[in-house]
Amino acid sequence: MNFLRLAKRDDLPKKTEWLIRAGAILLSLVFSGLILLLFKLNPIEVFKTIIIGSVGSEMRIHQTIIKSVPLIITSLGVLVAFKMKFWNIGGEGQILMGAFAASYVALFFPEMPRAMALILMIIAAVIGGGIWAFIPAFFKAKMGINETIFTLMMNYVAIKFVTFLQYQAWMDPNAKGFPRIAPFPEWALLPKLFGVHIGYIIAIILVVLVHLFIKYTKKGYEITVVGESIETARYAGMNINKIIVIAMLISGGLCGIAGMIQVSGVEKTLAVGISGGYGFTAIITAWLARLNAISALFVCIVFAMLLQGGAYIQVNLNVPSTVANVVQGTILFFVLGSEFFLQYRLIPAKRILKEGKEAA
Amino acid sequence: MEGFLATCIVAATPLLFATVGELLTEKAGHLNLGVEGMMLMGAVIGFLAALKTDSALIALLAACFAGAGGALIFAILTVTLRANQVVTGLTLTIFGSGFAGFVGQPILGSMVPAKTSAFFVKRAVPLLGSIPFLGPVMFRQDIFVYLSYGVVIIVAFYLYRTKPGLNLRAVGESAPSADASGINVTLYKYVHILTGGALCGLGGAYLSLVRVPIWQADVVNGRGWIAVALVIFVSWNPLKAFLGAMLFGGLSIVGLRMQAMGVSVSQYLVDMIPYVSTIVIVILSSYKKGKEKQPPRDLGNPYFREER
Repeated sequence: MNFLRLAKRDDLPKKTEWLIRAGAILLSLVFSGLILLLFKLNPIEVFKTIIIGSVGSEMRIHQTIIKSVPLIITSLGVLVAFKMKFWNIGGEGQILMGAFAASYVALFFPEMPRAMALILMIIAAVIGGGIWAFIPAFFKAKMGINETIFTLMMNYVAIKFVTFLQYQAWMDPNAKGFPRIAPFPEWALLPKLFGVHIGYIIAIILVVLVHLFIKYTKKGYEITVVGESIETARYAGMNINKIIVIAMLISGGLCGIAGMIQVSGVEKTLAVGISGGYGFTAIITAWLARLNAISALFVCIVFAMLLQGGAYIQVNLNVPSTVANVVQGTILFFVLGSEFFLQYRLIPAKRILKEGKEAA
Repeated sequence: MEGFLATCIVAATPLLFATVGELLTEKAGHLNLGVEGMMLMGAVIGFLAALKTDSALIALLAACFAGAGGALIFAILTVTLRANQVVTGLTLTIFGSGFAGFVGQPILGSMVPAKTSAFFVKRAVPLLGSIPFLGPVMFRQDIFVYLSYGVVIIVAFYLYRTKPGLNLRAVGESAPSADASGINVTLYKYVHILTGGALCGLGGAYLSLVRVPIWQADVVNGRGWIAVALVIFVSWNPLKAFLGAMLFGGLSIVGLRMQAMGVSVSQYLVDMIPYVSTIVIVILSSYKKGKEKQPPRDLGNPYFREER
């Protein structure tokens, strides 16, 4: 790179910034199209089918909303942790443990009014997911243990634990040997509004709450400062360990709520498949949304369309639904790459020489 | 006992390739969390190559290229474009799992063809194979396992006994100082991230070609992540990686063994052991002191010369 020099950019105008990002997304779609072509698939047909499959009918729109709800809430959880540069990749586990705690209420508590049951289940889910996030946060705060590996391993422990419940400890004896847990009683199910369970209302409320929390509260501000620079936070006299633990409790608690909605609104019982990769996809969506809660809402809707459309093309075009993963990955690769051009600009070396001479 | 240890080695081999691959990457100062993805890419492409050509060597080469291809995406983004390493690595894992599912769809359930699997039968090494105890455990394995021994020895020698190995460690410790002393930092990073990816690809191919010779999309099943943890566990030392991989390989099969011996344990709970022990080990390794046992100092920091 002798003919090019790099220089840090000053603040870019917002318009240029979004132009670069839109360009990156466009390029990523072209690139995914090329991958599809390589496998003898017509990219335009695949993309068209994804869109038809996600918003083509009322039923499919419902499905897209149902898929976007856990994604939105988990993204909120992830972004609270990521704001602090705490790499919580344990969303899957936190979803499952939240779901487990909520299921405990639904399956083993005596019958109670629906409103009370749902509130109890949400509280249980926040505690379940929160504890699962608290454990790595505690070790990070106290002993500086790397949280990436820790949260990730907690995912697998949770998956194995729920598998154990589903296939052994809580297996429904009335299911004739089929490995499933008994369905929830009627009073533990989320009610529907306009044909979809009310999880989407909870999701929108949480988006607003998290946005207000990060923008306008002291704790939210402290989380951002710790993420920007630990030194600054320490110099300002913040209790960093406490902030890490609180932020992770919020992060895990949110993921737990996503789990509760999955069991109470969608699956109607606890099953190991309920987390369905949302914990990982949420990392992509949170990053694409630049860790902003409101943007996350929109990014997640687009990604839910990709997921729902991916499931649809599997049936319709006989293309594996994992195509959606390839497209998601490609989009994020390009957006990650484009961030470089937001921060730096390339200057031909000749011009530097010339400018230098003129200055002299 | 010998039989059990020999099985441990088989279970350890994919972990060993991936661990040494990630170790090289981290020595260059980059934390690549895409190991799982690169293993999957190696697994599916290696399998596909075997299916198309029925040549074990071409399959191995293809797996190397697939892993290195994944690593190239990571290198372009994190070395040249200075993207966040954690997020890029995770994306690579998601991309890799999608890639394996997508590319592997038409061959789901296919078997490794005869000539290739015949190439990977267990063969005793002359002389070494007849050493008591060590022989049956280590030297009556398949060629792929012997390749992993070779990789460990070569990487250890390279890191601690050669000039480029020394330079590499310098890059990982402090990219600015390495740059100032005339080392081509970018080149070193690219070469070792790509080599690391190729090794991860081989680890994946061991799973799809030898361990489970029928193609299934979830063949890697979290082993890539265990490899990331193993690198910490063995404190960035390739020779220790051999023992670490054996320990973890052993843990992953101990449940079946216990059941075979009539000990009544829940398979689902036993399946937790490798993950719980990884957590315990990561915690314990934080107690280790000494310069040799610390991560490369510049691990995860992007290097921007003009910002020095």
